[in-house]
Amino acid sequence: MTGLDLPGFADPVGDAQTTFRALLDAMARPGTLHEVADLAAPPPLGAASASVLLTLVDGETSLWLDASCMAARAWLVFHCGAVLTDDPATAAFAVSIGMPPLGIFCAGNDVAPEESATLVVQVEELGTGPAYRFSGPGLRLPSLLQVAGLPEDFPVQWTANHALYPRGIDLVLCAGARFCCLPRSVQIEMG
Amino acid sequence: MAYVAVKGGERAIDAAHAWLAEERRGDPDVPEITIAQIGEQLGRAVDRVMAEASCYDPALASLAIKQAQGDLIEAAFLLRAYRTTLPRFAAARPIDTDAMQISRRISAIYKDLPGGQVLGPTYDYTHRLLDFRLADGAPPADDSPPASALQDMPKNGAEEGAAAGRMKPVSAILAHEGLIEEDDVADAPPGDLTREPLAFPAGRDLRLQALARGDEGFLLSLGYSTQRGWGGTHPFVGEIRVGEVAIEIDPPELGFPIEIGDIIVTECQMVNQFKGSKAAPPQFTRGYGLCFGHGERKAMAMALVDRAMRAEELGEEVIAPAQTIEFVLSHCDNIEATGFVEHLKLPHYVDFQSELETIRRLRREAEAFASQDRREAAE
Amino acid sequence: MSFYNFAYLDEQTKRMVRRALLKAVAVPGHQVPFGSREMPLPYGWGTGGIQVTASILGRNDVLKVIDQGADDTTNAVSIRRFFARTAGVATTTRTAEASVIQTRHRIPETALREGQIVVYQVPLPEPLSRLEPSRAAASEMHALGDYGLMHVKLYEDIARLGHVSISYDYPVMVNRRYLMAPSPIPAFDNPKLNRSPALHLFGAGREKRIYAVPPYTEVRSLDFEDHPFRLTRAPQSCALCGARTSYLDEIVTDDMGGRMFICSDTDYCAERREKDAAE
Repeated sequence: MTGLDLPGFADPVGDAQTTFRALLDAMARPGTLHEVADLAAPPPLGAASASVLLTLVDGETSLWLDASCMAARAWLVFHCGAVLTDDPATAAFAVSIGMPPLGIFCAGNDVAPEESATLVVQVEELGTGPAYRFSGPGLRLPSLLQVAGLPEDFPVQWTANHALYPRGIDLVLCAGARFCCLPRSVQIEMG
Repeated sequence: MAYVAVKGGERAIDAAHAWLAEERRGDPDVPEITIAQIGEQLGRAVDRVMAEASCYDPALASLAIKQAQGDLIEAAFLLRAYRTTLPRFAAARPIDTDAMQISRRISAIYKDLPGGQVLGPTYDYTHRLLDFRLADGAPPADDSPPASALQDMPKNGAEEGAAAGRMKPVSAILAHEGLIEEDDVADAPPGDLTREPLAFPAGRDLRLQALARGDEGFLLSLGYSTQRGWGGTHPFVGEIRVGEVAIEIDPPELGFPIEIGDIIVTECQMVNQFKGSKAAPPQFTRGYGLCFGHGERKAMAMALVDRAMRAEELGEEVIAPAQTIEFVLSHCDNIEATGFVEHLKLPHYVDFQSELETIRRLRREAEAFASQDRREAAE
Repeated sequence: MSFYNFAYLDEQTKRMVRRALLKAVAVPGHQVPFGSREMPLPYGWGTGGIQVTASILGRNDVLKVIDQGADDTTNAVSIRRFFARTAGVATTTRTAEASVIQTRHRIPETALREGQIVVYQVPLPEPLSRLEPSRAAASEMHALGDYGLMHVKLYEDIARLGHVSISYDYPVMVNRRYLMAPSPIPAFDNPKLNRSPALHLFGAGREKRIYAVPPYTEVRSLDFEDHPFRLTRAPQSCALCGARTSYLDEIVTDDMGGRMFICSDTDYCAERREKDAAE
């Protein structure tokens, strides 16, 4: 199964815009939940992961696929025109089922912290599971979000990532049609 | 009230555009100029617009010149804004100027050389006397050159060179003796500053791209400044050539290159004396200029500035504006420059108001101090 | 206009701008380089703001465009028309009704709310540019968080004049990390950026930089403990609506020194007058 029989966005201009605005809001308000429109995503990707990648990735960006996502490879190459890379350290975007170790990706440098990778990570569920507490720019007060499927040491990994600031990885967590963003600027504790 | 006059922006803009259209057309009793006339008879203007717009399309450049009433920076801007929206189908292979169909080729460093000196269509030896015969389209007077003069000239390439099909650049003669530096041929694909923002220090690929689309006047003045001691480069014109080159692309499905058309370019190879430094042995170095169309002034100025910007690489002291990469690249683009200079005519009254209040406050306080000083002095 | 894409920019350019925007939001106040395109409007006239707006705008947005606080200044009219033509979006002059507000030189007086996006046209994104003309050198200073140069400049002002002499584009520290140019808004508007519920996006087309201030982010105008940041505004009240706290334009009414002061924010002023008339 290659997923190539599946279409991309029904309305490429409109759907990309709607998804991007949700992403922008999600990145600006870390940990807030957003939902994408229905999309026949290529397994194992859900609608949110697939929509986010369709919106942001193209022939000008390098994409790293975790072994778990290889089934969606042909779909991503065809619909995004993504340039695949085997080396996670050179990837602008990475997609994975479950959290890969953050340390293998580029965190940018002090002059160009924007050159860090953006990870699209599919978790089991958003809105149920262990609660995490977020604080930082974008949030008036600390907020809580339940995420099922993050590794136990995620808060420790994240603290190390946040400590690199302004360098650091930005995360998009996806489950089904739902997603949220965790920019490097956010602090995370177990809720 | 004066304030009301500032309002009604929408109607004011419409009226301004209508007036502009009327002014552009001029006296309706005078025949309207055609795009073909501009393309055929104002070729140097068309070339300059194509060069500074980075878009080779004589018909569109002619249209832009007509639309801009002959304001060439405005015309280049029109063409650039159009260019931005074009999809990119393929990247061309590097043009091969050795294979140029030459209409002009001169060298200042050898009296004669393989391929010969081809004067071609040039203003160089014209006497700059207004030719009043052109004013009313009269036939040439008796003292103009006979049409046969043209037949005496080798056309479309000096014959010796054309016979060989290729004409090596003059710098190759020096290279044969090892007297000139190797041309640095990068393996990586060249950058494109119209897609990616410039970061400094920029590589030579991006510097040349910026210069090729840079303002002719700015480069001319900078090049001139290097001749007057502001970053001197001891230049000699190794060669200037003007002519047609083929544009080829590699369609991936074919596996071999195909020619998609010809363009006219001007190339200048400047040969610069160089005493050597810690970084390089004594040898001649290169400055390179290339632009769309027939633009010798532009290509020469570009070659001077290109060489000047290599100062740091060659271990020379960087002291002059023309040698300062960031200075040159940040200011050579006339579309950016004209936009930012001319934006000063947009309303700035909010900021001016805050300046007024600040000045008033500072003056009040200065006055208060002064009167206090006077009181103290009087006591 | 069907020849051009929705909101003028092609999708590939939008994706490039969008990627830059997300990184800008993730690192508040940091200038992200982007592949700014040539726009059909001149550099310096809002090309950065226009590219940002074109990349975020959707069919359901309601757009407000202001220049100097006014909806009907010529450049605001021109940009609003551009988007009405190329995107067919609804436009408004009402701050409260707008989902996207593109602005030059002002932040509206009416309090912004969550979900609103303000897009700023930025001529010079580098706050250090007047002190350090080399962008490469300024980038190093940002990387090190070394803003001594700016503090010295402010200190010299205070020593010489008793005050900081900067009255607009007054530099701010964002999220305690980056020195940022708030664009040439009057210093009067700076406090509106601090912990604002709205998202603020800054686009500099000619200089090819995008930066952002997310909602509820600390934005502090640079000052010293013994010389705190002070607002400057004309001390008068608005001659049309009577507002005492809004930023005022000074209108010259004759050549004998005649002056009147009215709100620079035309929507704010009009709404106050409507309310008064209704009461």
